[in-house]
Amino acid sequence: MGRYVIRRLLQMIPVFFGATLLIFLMVHVMGDPVAGLCGERRCDPATAAQLRREFGLDKPVWHQYLAYMGNVFTGDFGTAFNGQRVTELMATAFPVTIRLTVVAVVFEIAIGIALGVITGMRRGRPVDSSVLLLTLVVISVPTFVTGLLLQLLLGVQWGWMRPSVSPDAALGELIVPGLVLASVSLAYVTRLTRTSIAENKRADYVRTAIAKGLPRRRVITRHLLRNSLIPVITFIGTDIGALMGGAIVTERIFNIHGVGYQLYQGILRQNIQTVVGFVTVLVLVFLIANLLVDLLYAVLDPRIRYA
Amino acid sequence: MPEQPPYQPEGAMAGTGMGGTMDLAASEATTLEKTPGGPEGTGPEGKPRSLWSDAWHDLRRNPVFIASGLVILFLVTIAIRPSLIAPGNPLTCDLSKALDGSQSGHPFGYDGQGCDVYTRTVHGARASVTVGVCATLGVALLGSVLGGLAGFFGRGWDAILSRATDIFFAIPVLLGGLVLLSVVTSTTVWPVVGFMVLLGWPQISRIARGSVITAKQNDYVLAARALGASNSRILLRHIAPNAVAPVIVVATIALGTYIALEATLSYLGVGLKPPSVSWGIDISAASPYIRNAPHALLWPSGALAITVLAFIMLGDAVRDALDPKLR
Repeated sequence: MGRYVIRRLLQMIPVFFGATLLIFLMVHVMGDPVAGLCGERRCDPATAAQLRREFGLDKPVWHQYLAYMGNVFTGDFGTAFNGQRVTELMATAFPVTIRLTVVAVVFEIAIGIALGVITGMRRGRPVDSSVLLLTLVVISVPTFVTGLLLQLLLGVQWGWMRPSVSPDAALGELIVPGLVLASVSLAYVTRLTRTSIAENKRADYVRTAIAKGLPRRRVITRHLLRNSLIPVITFIGTDIGALMGGAIVTERIFNIHGVGYQLYQGILRQNIQTVVGFVTVLVLVFLIANLLVDLLYAVLDPRIRYA
Repeated sequence: MPEQPPYQPEGAMAGTGMGGTMDLAASEATTLEKTPGGPEGTGPEGKPRSLWSDAWHDLRRNPVFIASGLVILFLVTIAIRPSLIAPGNPLTCDLSKALDGSQSGHPFGYDGQGCDVYTRTVHGARASVTVGVCATLGVALLGSVLGGLAGFFGRGWDAILSRATDIFFAIPVLLGGLVLLSVVTSTTVWPVVGFMVLLGWPQISRIARGSVITAKQNDYVLAARALGASNSRILLRHIAPNAVAPVIVVATIALGTYIALEATLSYLGVGLKPPSVSWGIDISAASPYIRNAPHALLWPSGALAITVLAFIMLGDAVRDALDPKLR
């Protein structure tokens, strides 16, 4: 197990550097960052040159990348062009997005797995077909359409909630946005759980458990569910990274000041430091979530042995 | 531990987004073996049907396939000739009619700029279908060539490609789109298509790689090699036809998601740019008026949802037909 963890950690290193380098290059294609600093006017050449020197933009890209990564590992994500530390921006933005993601994941687990178990146990019945159709509809309607519609119905027409979220984004305000963010993944979790339950329902160990007289509830929760959840856990784990990155749309609809909002502002203002910093952290979150999922496998399925 | 693990955690990661991977070579073998009695199971010459004719046989009887196929046929028709059902010009707008409700001759009402929502919704199909089809073709081509070569030649190629796919998977798609497309000023669909191909190929290449690896272990490949067939002949004549089915399934489902992605990017303001007519642009433009003129938002949203739904259901039907294990 220890050797496996080390191998996986070593595998993460090239992926981390590759992904951040790719983002770094993409951001540099974005255009001249200094041009955005002088407002609407064209920069005075001397000022532009000085700004470039100040932010290290006169050096070749690979040099900038190495310098940046060196700083990142000492916890320094640089300073945004308006003088604010990027780490400060992160400290205000990440808690909001993490709360939103947690709400979304809780929805995925609670509703997705419950619906998956119900439909998987009643495969082919009307409940199954209608939930399956519903999941297809949810997958097909893009998140921003779902979000706008819910905002229109719940926020404007029926007045059940405020159409936009206040700056401190309390947990209660994030329920509807969290549901919107979770919607597509929720449908996938339902479908995955359903397939997995339906497959394992006929397995020998389930028959044995029933034969030895265990109550149905215990068979489902301890025997069937534990084995069927393995692909679902993988999906949810990889989804955490995608949810945090995809929150950009949800945050825009409900005016939530989280990671997506800061990134969007950073891109609009061509603020390299903000964009690269936030994306770097998101890539790290994605990689760590994947690693944890792989390790969770061993806990959930004792047949897996890591050499 | 001497025992081989029954599951490879890294391998198990692949294809989770699409609801399970497929083992087509194995499932094809079962299709060929089963040959049930009676005229149902055999073709006109009394031979067992191939995977493809078997799938076609199933699809023709599947109401989901027929319904989604008809919707897609309609969409493609109006994408090619929108004037067939909407003769107006989507760019002719009259500000004095801004946000007006439905009237005779203008069933969907007007948007915030006084443009006819019906005309714009019909004309918006072209952008979505073009982006979806072109991006899918590009992704499928690039992904299956790269993935197929990596799966066939293995070793160094494979290691490089696997790491490259890992890297691309680690970048959130929407963020990549925002960063790359925010500088583009072109109003054509090509930057959006190019971006989707750039970030989309790893999804297909993983599947193509896996399915080529499965196919190349078959006896007929060994036989062809023993007969002295060249690598290119083995790849094109023996492996490709037997490995292409999973790629087609995933690509069909992906087509729907690319249409949704185009609309999302246009909604965020980095996809297609205004003189182009696109559902994403219209939804984005209508969202500030959501209180007093929801019709301008609902019609393009509905059109978008139906389109994506049609492609995803088509992909689902094709998968059910091509993968007999799921029955």
